[in-house]
Amino acid sequence: MARTTAAGQANLSIPDLIPITLIVNGAEPWITLLDVLREHLDLTGTKKGCDHGQCGACTVLVEGRRINSCLTLAVMKDGASITTIEGLAGNGTLHPLQQAFIDHDAFQCGYCTPGQICSAAGLIAEGKAKTADEIRELMSGNICRCAAYPNIVAAIQQAMRAP
Amino acid sequence: MINFQYTRASDVADAVRQIAADPTSKFIAGGTNLLDLMKDDIERPSRLIDISRLPLKSVDSTGDGGLRIGALVPNADLAWHPLIEQRYPLLSRAILAGASQQLRNMASTGGNLLQRTRCFYFYDTATPCNKREPGSGCSAIEGLNRGHAILGTSDACIATHPSDMCVALAALDAQVRVAGPAGERSMALTDFHRLPGDTPQRDTNLAPDEIVTAVELPAQGFASHYTYLKIRDRHSYAFALVSVAVGLELDGNRIRRARLALGGVAHKPWRDRSAEAALEGQAAEPAVFAHAAELVLRGARGFGHNTFKIDLARRAIIRALTQAARGTPQSISSKKIA
Repeated sequence: MARTTAAGQANLSIPDLIPITLIVNGAEPWITLLDVLREHLDLTGTKKGCDHGQCGACTVLVEGRRINSCLTLAVMKDGASITTIEGLAGNGTLHPLQQAFIDHDAFQCGYCTPGQICSAAGLIAEGKAKTADEIRELMSGNICRCAAYPNIVAAIQQAMRAP
Repeated sequence: MINFQYTRASDVADAVRQIAADPTSKFIAGGTNLLDLMKDDIERPSRLIDISRLPLKSVDSTGDGGLRIGALVPNADLAWHPLIEQRYPLLSRAILAGASQQLRNMASTGGNLLQRTRCFYFYDTATPCNKREPGSGCSAIEGLNRGHAILGTSDACIATHPSDMCVALAALDAQVRVAGPAGERSMALTDFHRLPGDTPQRDTNLAPDEIVTAVELPAQGFASHYTYLKIRDRHSYAFALVSVAVGLELDGNRIRRARLALGGVAHKPWRDRSAEAALEGQAAEPAVFAHAAELVLRGARGFGHNTFKIDLARRAIIRALTQAARGTPQSISSKKIA
């Protein structure tokens, strides 16, 4: 997309994100993917909740599939394509799920939200959930302590309808 | 988490060589259970052998009309595999009744077989547990044992096996293929897991230097009359208090063949062939179902908090047989019990 500068004259184009591979120092075998994202790469959008695969706050997409990054060793994902909440927005525009969560006020404290949104992105890619019941069942790995569940389901339904 | 060495296995033979060379090492595939146990200091391997890149990820037809499921097929892929959905819907439903989609995306078929009990005393290193520390005692027998076993227990252990998938595999007469230094062998899923006896530290009959390579299903999938009924405290993403897998082959209203396996009630998926024999040749009706349930539970023993499970299991068996006979399997997403 184009952005108009303050002067209102020149256009700056914002490019799509470009995947890159860097090998910096390596990682100890016992470091989880979650800790590499947060502590080494400073991508703190992905949250550490229970650290035991029970709450879903750490959900990220690996090769497009949603997983719990707290139960994944980084060394086992060598070379894999990872998408975190920071990577969903593109081209200067929010991801439809991010916009839908805002539209439906699908959070209160927001701590579970990055995991909810990454999980929902995985759910939509799977293409299995059609009804609200099926969304609820397939989102059950993401706990929201504020209990924003009705609005989360509504947000996901809106994003599923998006072109 | 403790520090450990990490290596990758290049093929199955290399995996077997590596584990045989270092008894303190462990295989890792999905890691969903092992890493959790390592974070809690229950498992302390000196080395993890990464088998996740081995070529055991396909579902193939076998010569006798069945399917061979590679040990590294993720649980989610298996549940939604077209051949599993069409021919073995009992297995598909059982898998989808367990864990969360994130965990099913990670967890492997072989790892599902090898997951350890969720008994909270096993997880709590401050308490005695014969499974974690043989000879230290069982905290659950006189403790908070609401989730614990009512069948096949011993004075040493009343833990349950947590898998849903394995309950369906037991009902479907699955075979487990394993490889070791002496070559490959096969065992029935029902012989794979053990009862606790006086060695509750051993969950399975897999030798320490063996690796699961595949699970094989025979041709009969009971795709017309089946159900997986899972009763739990929370409607989703919770372990079973009692679960029942049923497969029936009907001739009109007469039961020609019956399969019945229970989860959440024992140290292994619980299959009772005497109850199946009592169903076969009989009309599919409540009195027959109730008799089968009595047979399954004739040796059941409660430990206080979990005594309600005996009656719960009885009613769940009758309900599951009714669902299967009607051809109305329990829905996974709609939680109303049909």
